[in-house]
Amino acid sequence: MPHDHCDHPHSLLPPDPALRVKALETILTRKGLIDPAALDEIIDTYQNRIGPANGARVVARAWSDPAFKADLLADADPLLADLGFYGRQGEHVVVVENTPAQHNMVVCTLCSCYPWPLLGIPPGWYKSDAYRARAVREPRKVLAEFGVSLPQDTSVRVWDSTAEVRYLVLPMRPEGSDGMSEDELTALVSRDSMIGTGLARKPEAPA
Amino acid sequence: MTRMHDMGGRFGDGPVRPDAEDAPVFAEDWHGRALAVTLAAGALGQWNIDTSRHARERLAPKDYARFSYYEKWLAGLATLLVEKQVLRAEDLAQPADGGEGGEGTGAAAVAPHPLAARALKAAAVAPHPLAARALKAADVAAALAKGGPADRPSEVAIAFAPGDAVRCRRPGGNRLVDGGHTRLPSYAVGALGRIVRVHGTHVLPDSAAHGLGEAPEPLYAVAFAASELWSAPEHPGDEVVLDLWQSYLEPV
Repeated sequence: MPHDHCDHPHSLLPPDPALRVKALETILTRKGLIDPAALDEIIDTYQNRIGPANGARVVARAWSDPAFKADLLADADPLLADLGFYGRQGEHVVVVENTPAQHNMVVCTLCSCYPWPLLGIPPGWYKSDAYRARAVREPRKVLAEFGVSLPQDTSVRVWDSTAEVRYLVLPMRPEGSDGMSEDELTALVSRDSMIGTGLARKPEAPA
Repeated sequence: MTRMHDMGGRFGDGPVRPDAEDAPVFAEDWHGRALAVTLAAGALGQWNIDTSRHARERLAPKDYARFSYYEKWLAGLATLLVEKQVLRAEDLAQPADGGEGGEGTGAAAVAPHPLAARALKAAAVAPHPLAARALKAADVAAALAKGGPADRPSEVAIAFAPGDAVRCRRPGGNRLVDGGHTRLPSYAVGALGRIVRVHGTHVLPDSAAHGLGEAPEPLYAVAFAASELWSAPEHPGDEVVLDLWQSYLEPV
C-alpha cells in the first residue's frame, strides 16, 4: 500500500524516548529548522498560561449571565474569540449543557482531540486506551471510576470528537452557590467537570 | 480495514486511572519537548493535521500498542520528516551529541559511504531550504492563537437538517485511498442515527490526509442510540454523538 512502509524512520533514532526527542531536536536545530527557544515558549505556554482556568472562566460567566449562556450555547466561537480563547485546537467549539435530564461527556476515540485554548493539554487518562475504548460503550462505568454516579433518570450523551469541532461541557451550577461572584464560582469548576467525567465542586460550608 | 487507533468500544483495556487535577501537565520533561518539537516541525508547513494523524495511525500495530502517547507522536514525526523530504533517513541515523545513534537498522544506514564525509560537510554549510520558515520564539504566541480553522466554502449542498434520520455507510474506511485515513470510527459503521447539529462545511480528512485536496463538504453532529451501537447498552436513554461528513452518511 502506498502509505505503509517497511522502513520505519523512528527505528533509526535512539529507542529511549527522552533520547529520541533529544536526537530529533538536535538534528532539526542543527539544520536551522527549529529554534530551541521556541520549544521552551510552547512548553511554557501550555504548562503555565493556557489551561482549565480559561474554561472555568467561561463556565462561571455562563452561570452568572443568562444572556451570555444563551449565546454561548447557540454559537460559542465569537464569544470565545472575544475572551481571547480562540486558537489551536479550539477553532470550532460547541458548548453542551448538563441538565438534570442529560449529562454530557467528551472523548476522542480515534486520537486525543481536546479544546486546548479552554482546557490546555489533555490529561494522561483522556489519552489512554482505556478511556478512548470504553467512554463510548460504558460511560456510566467509566464515570464510576471517577467517583460519579448519575440518577437513573439522567441520560448520558457521549460526544466522540471525530472532526475539528471541540466540545466543552457546561456543568450544572452546584447547589449552595447562590450569590457567589463570577470569580468565586470559577473555583467550583473542575477540569473534569468540563470534560464531563466530573461534576462541579460544591461550595464549602461557611465556617 | 481497521487500524489500531480505531478503538472505540473495544474490550479489555481495564480501568481508567484518573489523575489529580493538579498533576503536572507533562508527566515527564520529554513529553513537553515531544509536543513542542512536533508543533514546531509542523510550523514548517510541509503537512496538515490529517497527514500527521495518519502518520501516527499507520504505525505498525505492534509499535502502536507498545509506544506511549508521545512516543507515537515522535514516531509519526520521524516518518513525516523523511517522507516529506525535510530530512533524509541518514540524518536521523546520525548520533546526536556524539552519543550512540540508532537501533538495529540504524547501524546499517549509518555505515559510511566513502563520500559521506563530504556530503555532510556540504549539508552543514548550505542552509536548509525550509530554514527561513522555522518558528521563532517571538512568533509562538501568535502562531498558537491563529490556529488552523477547518471550515471552508464548499460546492457540496447541505443535504440533511437536524432531526433527519441517516445511516453510516457500510463498509466504512477511506473510499479514496485503500487503507487510508478516515474519521468514521468502525463502531458506527452501518448504524442508524439522527442529525443533531449542522457544523457547516469542513475539510474532508479522507482527502486532505493524502494530498488529494481539501474537498470540503457538510459536517454534522449525528446522535446514535447506545442500543444501536452496543449489544449490552448501559441505559435505554444513552446516546453517542459523532461528527460525521456528509459522504459518510446515507439518507434513510
